[in-house]
Amino acid sequence: MRGAIRLAAVLLTLGSPILAVQPDEVLSDPSLEARARELSQKLRCPVCQGENIDDSNAAISRDLRLYVRERLTAGDTDDQVMDNVVDRFGEFVLFEPRATGSNLILWAAGPVMALLGLLLGLRFLRTRNIASPEVAELSPEERKRLDRIMQADAPD
Amino acid sequence: MIAELGHFSLILAFMVAIYQMTVPMVGAAKGWHGWMDSARPAALAQLILMLISFGALTIAFVTSDFSVLLVYENSHTAKPLLYKISGVWGNHEGSMLLWVTILALFGAAAALFGGNLPPSLRARVLGVQAAIGAAFYAFIIFTSNPFWRLGNPPFNGQDLNPLLQDPGLAFHPPFLYLGYVGLSMAFSFAVAALIEGRVDAAWARWVRPWTLAAWVFLTIGIALGSWWAYYELGWGGFWFWDPVENASFMPWLLAAALVHSAIVVEKREALKSWTILLAIMAFGFSLIGTFIVRSGVITSVHSFANDPERGVFILAILAFFVGGALTLYAARASVMTAKGVFAPVSREGALVLNNVLLAVSAFVVFVGTIWPLVAEMVWGRVLSVGPPFFDQAFTPFMIVLAIMLPVGSIVPWKRATLGRSLRHLRGALVLTCAVMLLVFAVSTGHSALAVIGAGLGSWLVFGALSELWSRTGKSGPSRLLRLPRADWGKAIAHAGLGVTFIAVALIQAWEVEDVRVAQVGQPFEVGNYELLLTSVERHDGPNFYAQQATIEASRNGRTVAILQPEKRVYPVQNMPTTEAAIDFGFLRDLYVVIGDEQPGGGWAVRTYIKPFANWIWGGALLMALGGLISLTDRRYRVAAGSAKPRAAKAVPAE
Repeated sequence: MRGAIRLAAVLLTLGSPILAVQPDEVLSDPSLEARARELSQKLRCPVCQGENIDDSNAAISRDLRLYVRERLTAGDTDDQVMDNVVDRFGEFVLFEPRATGSNLILWAAGPVMALLGLLLGLRFLRTRNIASPEVAELSPEERKRLDRIMQADAPD
Repeated sequence: MIAELGHFSLILAFMVAIYQMTVPMVGAAKGWHGWMDSARPAALAQLILMLISFGALTIAFVTSDFSVLLVYENSHTAKPLLYKISGVWGNHEGSMLLWVTILALFGAAAALFGGNLPPSLRARVLGVQAAIGAAFYAFIIFTSNPFWRLGNPPFNGQDLNPLLQDPGLAFHPPFLYLGYVGLSMAFSFAVAALIEGRVDAAWARWVRPWTLAAWVFLTIGIALGSWWAYYELGWGGFWFWDPVENASFMPWLLAAALVHSAIVVEKREALKSWTILLAIMAFGFSLIGTFIVRSGVITSVHSFANDPERGVFILAILAFFVGGALTLYAARASVMTAKGVFAPVSREGALVLNNVLLAVSAFVVFVGTIWPLVAEMVWGRVLSVGPPFFDQAFTPFMIVLAIMLPVGSIVPWKRATLGRSLRHLRGALVLTCAVMLLVFAVSTGHSALAVIGAGLGSWLVFGALSELWSRTGKSGPSRLLRLPRADWGKAIAHAGLGVTFIAVALIQAWEVEDVRVAQVGQPFEVGNYELLLTSVERHDGPNFYAQQATIEASRNGRTVAILQPEKRVYPVQNMPTTEAAIDFGFLRDLYVVIGDEQPGGGWAVRTYIKPFANWIWGGALLMALGGLISLTDRRYRVAAGSAKPRAAKAVPAE
């Protein structure tokens, strides 16, 4: 099934597969290269289906990888590089959506739900607790039935 | 002729399903036994008809009958037999046919093995099952018919997407579908119980094996898909958090929650209405998964608009069944009164926490998956949600889960003293600390990821072992083999989760990657290995051309492996693929990919050393194995083979 997803991505590079990161792209400074790789993994290939530019075979991903490295070599911070890329391609290329505006809902959804779940779970546990009075009490009807059962022969 | 036979069988199965969803239901409402019992032969008939139908399509593929449109679009005479067969479900129409065939299989299984179910419950379960079937038969017949013929059959077909021509992927969809569709049983039982207004321990004992089986299949299916991505896509990634993967992961998480909550219903008659809700949601998410994959709505809003018929149809099915079930749930859930009482610190309490964690983590995956769609529709914001988000939003829940799991699975039912239970885990804690120290010592300069991940994983593994050990009591290890298989299954599945944890952390923390231009005959070093590109030669397969490199990997002067990565082109689909060469090892994989020939001579070669890679899927297999062993537990065998009186017998407390 993943194949179907990747198909479109591969079709775009028909004929000449350019394989992900190329040897000639790698920066000689290992710490800069490491930063470039980290950033590349957070950037989405604009024309593929859900691949980051680090793994992507598309020509535009190569351009983006080169651009990121160019900016890093020029001395930009990680944030500056990302801002520059977003200015050109829009939010779509960010795999890590920014926690601004409506995206706050996305980031808060998990923690809020977890809190809610824990509260509900605790409330449930309290109602089930042995000490809980609503469980301890029997209605008169049940009491009568219980007495009847107790008086009768023990079933098991 | 054979294709028409398949077509007619499909339509007949549709008719039988319509009968099965109405008559037994009416019978159950009126108490007419004949009407109720007619569900069983109907379910069997559906299975036989679907086997004929699916068989007919398979024959069309195997014999390359290009007068069938679907075969023409997805097959080729030069394709190996295995992929002619897997090509049946390697496309939309065929995969939906497989979906309903498996649905019929589960329905027939419930009819066959449901001998000791109360007749009205059985009739209703089969009725609901048939209703789901009828909806999907209609979907196939009216929007995705696999049996359409071509007026002028061409001489050859268009071949299957080469990425799908792979043994790992050949079996990935059937397992995944066995899982998705297996959850329909839990759903049918839940809806039937809501109609009956009755959920008790017997009901849970019935639902649990079906859910567990579905979960086992899902586990295998997901693991196969992830393994395939690892070796086929060419960079050794194993999980991408892409919508299609998430579509299978959400039901897996919910099925895991359901398996655990059903234990509480079975043993303690509590958590009933939550369990019903989970059963509905688990299958609901299977349907959502089908919708996501089949409509293409998540990957692109436009691909949905191009072919809205199918997407809208599945959406309608989803709305009808989940909406209907939830409405029924809202009306009837209050009937499900809990019986068991227990203190917050107890096995029940731990299982509630397990359910909160699993359900919320499934929710996080769900929100992340649909967020791009919501953001675009509501705010016009075109954005992506990818691995960095899921890593941050999902992982915390797994960390808490891993910390709590060994404790939760060892505390006694009803009321527990934490101190006494923790005493059983002292050994596990010491061993875990030892592993963490070892990992810390080995990985100087690396992130905390390795230490924490390996620690959590070891905690799970050693916790599972200590629990088994604690069960032997005073009689010592001789009792180990006589423990119920459910205990073994539980320990193995939990340990498997631990193994996967360890692997996922270590492969991310310790992976070594090397990208370079390699000259033929000039050795280069990657990690502790020395690699030598000896040759690059033309090497053609049955339906592709390839360039095959031969790379010798050695360590300390001793040859470890000869690796032959390939670059293939499938001419029929004009599609290039990379075939990585992997030397699988217990502690590490050596993973080599060959790229393009460079203008200045030499070849682009990418090499990875991936530590503990196999443990990822090894852990998944252990989880599946644990589930299988648990399924063979005595109480299921006894329950399946016995008549009614035996079912009343109490289950020994565990």
